[in-house]
Amino acid sequence: MLVKQISVFLENKSGRLAEVTKSLGNEGIDISALSIADTTDFGILRLIVNQPEKAEKVLKENGFTVSSTNVIAIEVEDKPGGLAVALDVLESESIGIEYMYAFIGKSEEKALVILRVEDSQKAIEVLNNKNIKVIPSKEVYEL
Amino acid sequence: MQYWNSTYECMSREEMRKVQSERLSNIVKKIYHNVPFYRAKMQKKGIEPGDIKSVDDLKNLPFTYKQDLRDNYPYGLFAVPTSEIVRIHASSGTTGKQTVVGYTRRDLDTWAEVIARTLTCAGASKESFIQVAYGYGLFTGGLGVHYGAERIGASVIPISGGNTSRQLQIMKDFGTTHLACTPSYALYLAEELEEAGFKKGDLKLKAGVFGAEPWSANMRNEIEERLGILAIDIYGLSEVIGPGVASECPCKCGMHIPEDHFIPEIINPETEEVLSPGEKGEIVFTTITKEGLPLIRYRTRDLSVLNYDVCECGRTSVRMSKVSGRTDDMLIIRGVNVFPSQIESVLLEIGETAPHYLLVVDRVDNLDILEIQVEMTPGLFSDEVKKLEEIEGKIKKGIESTLGINAKIRLVEPKSIERSEGKAKRVIDKRKI
Ligand SMILES: [Zn+2]
Repeated sequence: MLVKQISVFLENKSGRLAEVTKSLGNEGIDISALSIADTTDFGILRLIVNQPEKAEKVLKENGFTVSSTNVIAIEVEDKPGGLAVALDVLESESIGIEYMYAFIGKSEEKALVILRVEDSQKAIEVLNNKNIKVIPSKEVYEL
Repeated sequence: MQYWNSTYECMSREEMRKVQSERLSNIVKKIYHNVPFYRAKMQKKGIEPGDIKSVDDLKNLPFTYKQDLRDNYPYGLFAVPTSEIVRIHASSGTTGKQTVVGYTRRDLDTWAEVIARTLTCAGASKESFIQVAYGYGLFTGGLGVHYGAERIGASVIPISGGNTSRQLQIMKDFGTTHLACTPSYALYLAEELEEAGFKKGDLKLKAGVFGAEPWSANMRNEIEERLGILAIDIYGLSEVIGPGVASECPCKCGMHIPEDHFIPEIINPETEEVLSPGEKGEIVFTTITKEGLPLIRYRTRDLSVLNYDVCECGRTSVRMSKVSGRTDDMLIIRGVNVFPSQIESVLLEIGETAPHYLLVVDRVDNLDILEIQVEMTPGLFSDEVKKLEEIEGKIKKGIESTLGINAKIRLVEPKSIERSEGKAKRVIDKRKI
């Protein structure tokens, strides 16, 4: 159920993001979701790709600082309050969320959200119990 | 514990001061009468040879700078006629004209003596096989270690630098027990050994004496681990004599200085006042037995600390700490003396190895500002902004508590700070003063 997310350290200067996507594109790696968390000086690019191990290797070879982290992907109703339901569940179980970001899936009525939580296994369990759909990693990589 | 010359290496402080005082007053007489440069300098300060009676008077003598050697290129500072000189070495130096050093027959004897002490510190004896992989030639490393190794009666393998596969073959076939080379070459040899399929057990290697370039504690651990040896740190300066100016003993807690030949002082490079033992500053050497090129209060530009406590090994000779930086790199930021090495020590505390860094100093609205760029390493990286900001905060706090100045920390991508051959560029000063 755990999805491997690739994080890349980037300085805030133009062209760096393009170099990451180009390096991956050259190796036939597809990006299914992408988010950047930034400060005034640096940014952390977070990627969900179809071949995470290969992506990590390719980026390292191209001189980037890379790490991989386990995250979970959930599906929520694409309407006001859709995400709030999931967040409430996690909060009620005191599972802290480090960060999250949404991305577009194939379905029009559902939104997909990536969550980075303190305890991924426990999070999956409680979400499943409340019938919130956690998407298997294999499906996520192929989006 | 083995000593080469326990009389001098384990002499009481009082006796050592007596030896030094006598030798110092003799050398001052000699240079005053034989070297016009020193005479002029002393006269300018109003000092006569008779004023220098003991080591306590050393502080009154003028300093000698590398530039003085260059200005008097090639033989201007020699204290004997060149007919007495039997060997000449030269250091290319990273900047400017080379400096030339000349040795009399007795100087070569002194040199072999101090190297013999160094090698004995590393456990070498007449039973040992010493592979000298320092370069032979104008550089002092190869020949310096060579004659000291012969002095102790070891079997010397004068292979010089380079030709790595031959080094490895000989190390194995000849049963090398001691290796002398730069620490980076030792590490390279270790890698090549593993590559070539050798095992630690195939070799008889016990210890190495490594110097001539800065190296970290981590590098020492790696060399010791991979080669299965004791790695001894040595310090040398061609102007003073070459290798042999200081050497660690097996306790690895500072490098012993043969004080009966070289008197060290630690000074504040700015005010030039002599600092107390334990205080960090520029190490300055006075040679008290050299004949060819005696040096009075020679400014090394190397930062170190002296420790006069009796060492666990039994030697009483003063120990200098590993050189932690160069005074030429010193910056003055808002009136505070800042050495890049101090920044480095803060960075070492946040990770296993110090990341590459660059100090950028600028002046905005008449106020100096310091930005420290720190290259991201896999060990420091995290996918959370919060964690990276914590690292920045930790560095900032460390800088503030060690230097008392406020710095802006900027994390940058790996390899984004320019690398130069050998010496890393650590500082960009944009101030127009
Ligand atoms: Zn000792």
